[in-house]
Amino acid sequence: MPISMTPLAVTAYTATSAIGNGLAAQLDALRHARSGLRPNDISSQPLACWIGRVDGVEEVALPATLASWDCRNNRLAWLGLNQDGFLDRVRAARERHGASRVALLLGTSTASIGATEEAYRRLDADGGFADDMLRPQIHAPHSLAAFVAAALELEGPCLTISTACSSSAKVFANAERMIRLGLVDAAVVGGVDTLCDSVLFGFNALELVSAAPCRPFDAARDGISIGEAAGFALLERASGAPDAPQLLGYGEASDAHHMSTPHPEGLGAELALNDALARAGLDASRVDYINLHGTASQKNDEVEAALVGRAFPARTRASSTKGYTGHTLGAAGIVEATIALLAIEHGLIPGNLGGSTPDPVCGQHFAWSGERQRVDVALSNSFGFGGNNACLAFARAGFAA
Amino acid sequence: MSASPPRATSVFVEGIGLWSPQLADFAGLRSLLAGSTPAPPAARPAAATLPPNERRRAPESVLLAVEVAAQAVAMSGRDAATLACVFASSHGDQPITDYMCATLAQAPAELSPIRFHNSVHNAAVGYWTIATGCHAPSTAVAAQRASFGAGLLEAVSQVLAEQRAVLLVCSDTGGSGPLNEVTGCRQPFGCALVLAPEPGPSTLVRLDLQLAAAGAETPLVEPLAGWRAGNPSAAALPLLAMLAGGPGRCALNAATSLGLRIDTENVA
Repeated sequence: MPISMTPLAVTAYTATSAIGNGLAAQLDALRHARSGLRPNDISSQPLACWIGRVDGVEEVALPATLASWDCRNNRLAWLGLNQDGFLDRVRAARERHGASRVALLLGTSTASIGATEEAYRRLDADGGFADDMLRPQIHAPHSLAAFVAAALELEGPCLTISTACSSSAKVFANAERMIRLGLVDAAVVGGVDTLCDSVLFGFNALELVSAAPCRPFDAARDGISIGEAAGFALLERASGAPDAPQLLGYGEASDAHHMSTPHPEGLGAELALNDALARAGLDASRVDYINLHGTASQKNDEVEAALVGRAFPARTRASSTKGYTGHTLGAAGIVEATIALLAIEHGLIPGNLGGSTPDPVCGQHFAWSGERQRVDVALSNSFGFGGNNACLAFARAGFAA
Repeated sequence: MSASPPRATSVFVEGIGLWSPQLADFAGLRSLLAGSTPAPPAARPAAATLPPNERRRAPESVLLAVEVAAQAVAMSGRDAATLACVFASSHGDQPITDYMCATLAQAPAELSPIRFHNSVHNAAVGYWTIATGCHAPSTAVAAQRASFGAGLLEAVSQVLAEQRAVLLVCSDTGGSGPLNEVTGCRQPFGCALVLAPEPGPSTLVRLDLQLAAAGAETPLVEPLAGWRAGNPSAAALPLLAMLAGGPGRCALNAATSLGLRIDTENVA
């Protein structure tokens, strides 16, 4: 049994993805079943697939003092930080608690590897990096978190979590532990991943990329659509923010099965779910909505749908939102955590966009189109390569398990 | 600004693993610090925990991490399947990053699917959990040149918050190709600790940790100082040297402006 936790307040949150910049744009697309996917127009050589690309990243200018961090991933991070008043909320938290008492915990799968790819595409005559690419700090997995620490002027613990597609779900767990132990008083969590050749050609080599827009949980699904996104949340003790939505629990577990396919019975996913429910002190029957990992890969969706069917009563609603944003990899955890929070705040169950012919393995839990109902408790599933599973539980302000 | 009092943050070390081209294990470091010249290990870490097929195909980063993890777990006497895992690395597998970026620049459609799935930062911890049948939480982290200190802080927070034993690994391969110009990794280095919340029969030493402002790193004797300059994971060496040499105090960086003060106490 995991150690139970005191709920934390989510005092601010934001997301930027292919469906728009900031929460209002996310909500509008979710309400109107509008996908952000488009034919691939970003890889260095053609690749027939659909992508969830964020408009305008190329035009983002970092502040002059942060110019040495410039690259697509950090531009998207900066674009994301500038939505929903998030910078001001962090500034206020920094003043409230002190810069060394706020942790920064960010998930990313590939950070700014796109910049390293670019450096290799234009090596100079003697085979070395061009002068403008000789910036060690952007050619490392910690590029994102180090950049955001500089941008937010935070001086507390600062860690990159890189467990593939569960990365920015796990950051909530890191933050809760540090706050519970009194190592910090608040944490900025989140994640950013950007489209780059590594993931487009890499997932393509694994034959996991669909040539069409992804169709999560559809009987004819044939792979993922890769997207990019930035998302952030601010976590503080609930005692100081009684009106904020809450992080109720989290669970983490390992499949111990295979590097790139999930456990056939969803063992790790179920352990993570049970851990999250136990930590939150929740019975599965209290869960109103689950935002599923639902990548539209053959195996993930089969295993995850079966888990939903056996773990939840029929009243619990479930959907994947990868059909809107694409699979944003290391950013998927935070993007979908913000969708779970939007579901609670606005009483919206997003429809499972792209699933027009439901796979028979899907039970009656699935919301194939958008629904309106009160949501008190929402979960978010995130599973990554290496059999790395995470599940988050959120609730509206004042909810008592 | 609320200045909370530093808490007693103590964990117990039960196992220590270490591998570099010069040192086969932690005993090698002890021997080196005592003035001997220990016999260097074979060129590839043995990583005997992996099944033979996996071992043949596994990339260098995985062999290195699995080798030091197995050493530390063996010393602790614990069952690897019960340990939560925190695997830290500043750069992941640099030969794979070099291969990927070079291939993507020339012929992206020819990218190897296996090298791609081995390129994820959590490849080593993934292989470790598969090889040991470990369903416990596992994570892969990075913090540039502070990856060891930041990974240690994360591992300690799991030990104390969850009251469970945790396996911490910190390892980096040597540099490779044009990438090496910016990573500056001259040789591989890996180390591992098994940390527990309570003293037990396998306890080697107690660590008392305090967060502090980042400061100067603890000085090291040669050749250790050179290793630290040549591999970010070797930032662990002040602590490892202290574990080899008896009670003392060292300072590590855990982030750009955050440090860890660590005191070791023998546990009778």
